[in-house]
Amino acid sequence: MSIFVSLVKKEAIHIVRDPRTMIITLFMPLVLLLLFGFAISTEVNNVRIMSVVDNHDENTRQILERLSVNNYFSYQGTIAPQEVDNVLRAGKTDAVLFLKHNGMAIIPQVVVDASNTTLAQTIAGYMSGVLNYGNSYRAPVLTYTLYNPQMKSAYNFVPGIMGMIFILICAIMTSVSIVREKESGTMNLLLVSPAKSSAIILGKLVPYFLLSCLILATMLSIAYTVLGLPVSSAIFNVIWVSLIYIILSLSIGLFVSTLVETQLAALIVSAVLFMLPVITLSGMIFPIDNMPEVLKGVSCIIPARWYTSALRKLMIQHLDVSYIMQEVSIIVGMTILFLSLAILKFNSSNR
Amino acid sequence: MKTAVEIKDLTKRYGDLTALDSISLTVNEGELFGIIGPDGAGKSTLYQILATLLNPNAGSASIFGLDTVKDYRTLRRMIGYMPEKFSLYQDLTVQENLRFFASLFGVSVKDNFNLIAPVFGQLEKFPNRKAGALSGGMKQKLALSCALIHRPSILLLDEPTTGVDAVSRSEFWDILHSLKESRMTILVSTSYMDEATLCDRIAMIDKGHILKTGRPDDLISSIGKNLWQSSAKEMFALLEEYRKMPEVIDCYTFGAYLHIVADDNFNSRIVKDKLSQTFKDFELSKATGTIEDLFIKLSRENHNVL
Repeated sequence: MSIFVSLVKKEAIHIVRDPRTMIITLFMPLVLLLLFGFAISTEVNNVRIMSVVDNHDENTRQILERLSVNNYFSYQGTIAPQEVDNVLRAGKTDAVLFLKHNGMAIIPQVVVDASNTTLAQTIAGYMSGVLNYGNSYRAPVLTYTLYNPQMKSAYNFVPGIMGMIFILICAIMTSVSIVREKESGTMNLLLVSPAKSSAIILGKLVPYFLLSCLILATMLSIAYTVLGLPVSSAIFNVIWVSLIYIILSLSIGLFVSTLVETQLAALIVSAVLFMLPVITLSGMIFPIDNMPEVLKGVSCIIPARWYTSALRKLMIQHLDVSYIMQEVSIIVGMTILFLSLAILKFNSSNR
Repeated sequence: MKTAVEIKDLTKRYGDLTALDSISLTVNEGELFGIIGPDGAGKSTLYQILATLLNPNAGSASIFGLDTVKDYRTLRRMIGYMPEKFSLYQDLTVQENLRFFASLFGVSVKDNFNLIAPVFGQLEKFPNRKAGALSGGMKQKLALSCALIHRPSILLLDEPTTGVDAVSRSEFWDILHSLKESRMTILVSTSYMDEATLCDRIAMIDKGHILKTGRPDDLISSIGKNLWQSSAKEMFALLEEYRKMPEVIDCYTFGAYLHIVADDNFNSRIVKDKLSQTFKDFELSKATGTIEDLFIKLSRENHNVL
């Protein structure tokens, strides 16, 4: 049996014999995907709305009818003007629509409970859609929502979650497993053996690479079945871009392991240095375009940003490879950088 | 007799701290050589240099004529290294650990089993127990088996008996003596001074300096005849009393007694008469020196030089 095979076998035993870590690594991606896909959603449904109408006529009837049949609204009826303040304060409704006549024309006015700004903005947006519809005296604004016509937020989250999961699992698990050997002293035994350092490093990376492939397969099948992402030939591109990204994450883990001496430090460095920036700055939750220039700059050095952006183009927009060349070349560049840094550092600290 | 290990003016610094200060040492082939010294003396650093894990700042070390820096690749096949902690994979079983370390050196457990058989004997009963679940003594034997499995020419054992019960310790020394029969060179370090007499030759090391090298018996007899032991009910007051005497060079607690190193002016009868009046249960008698006495003496001298 070659040295490399027995190193891989030994590492596989470590992974399998630690059921807690196994369960976390296999179930965390599932839970996160389902959580973000279903429970956490930035879409607003069932906005409760009431109306105040000074004079019922055919025009106001049409508007109110459109409101009541619209899925995004649940129309709660007409109220008297003096009650408006009360119902909003009591939280009995989210918005009130005023329809006032000025001669023949209707002047609509919306009062929105803006204690939740996201909700308020969305309501205002929906509202103008309802009011403008069939408005003869104003040029209608036609909006086509490309790629994601139902504006499903799950589509948006899948690439972000994948970008985060691989950094978390690959970087943390590899760095902790290497540092654990430093702590227990077994790393010294590996180093005094005739095993080459390249075999030691690869023996560490390969099992975690295989584990990550398993996670990738699980996440993709969930995304394309349960979350209903449209299947297209882009899936092959998604796979190879993901594989490069996995290698990048493993190299980062390897690099971290050469910098720290204890498992705790490895965990803290990986979590603080990777998890927080990945969640906040990769564009997974907060759009990068809305960030101040400084943070935009910082986000450029976060690998997950480029991966997420590439995956969005592939999975949601179904663009072909030529559109993600920038992202792919940055990911490849980062991989080469971290891998060579890690190998240099590993060799210099262990001759 | 052929030379197995040759260390010349070896120096290793970690920043401002000098772990080894220009030490020189020779170990002969087939010798059971002890490195004796307290924690922090530089023993582990010396082992790491010999095991080709560290490069020295100055000086050189060679094993069977092979330099630990230049010829490290060849050397790594010849060394059996057992680090300070029992470095085993805790979640791997006894058998898996042994097989893994054998495969690292490209050998099979079966080929070299006769060498480890005396060590491995007790472990054979539970090959599927995880290493982490073994007792200290068992872990130590497994670690030694793993270090021996590739039939090394020299064994480097760094504090192999630390944290192991007394019975396992003496068993372990028996094993080392039987390994020595097969002409293996063994370099063993310990902070237990009583283990020094079990070695062929020892080097006493403290604060990065070698205090003395030689056969344990020769070293003990070099302590001289003016070593006394004394005790009384008020031990601390007695200690202070001795330290005030001009003819007493040194006085320190040694187990249940005080050991007194004196010069030739020390007259035991006069001291006895004087002190037995002031101290209850007073005793004073001649003491046989041990390695520990010598170590205390030498390390104080070393301390004064520094």
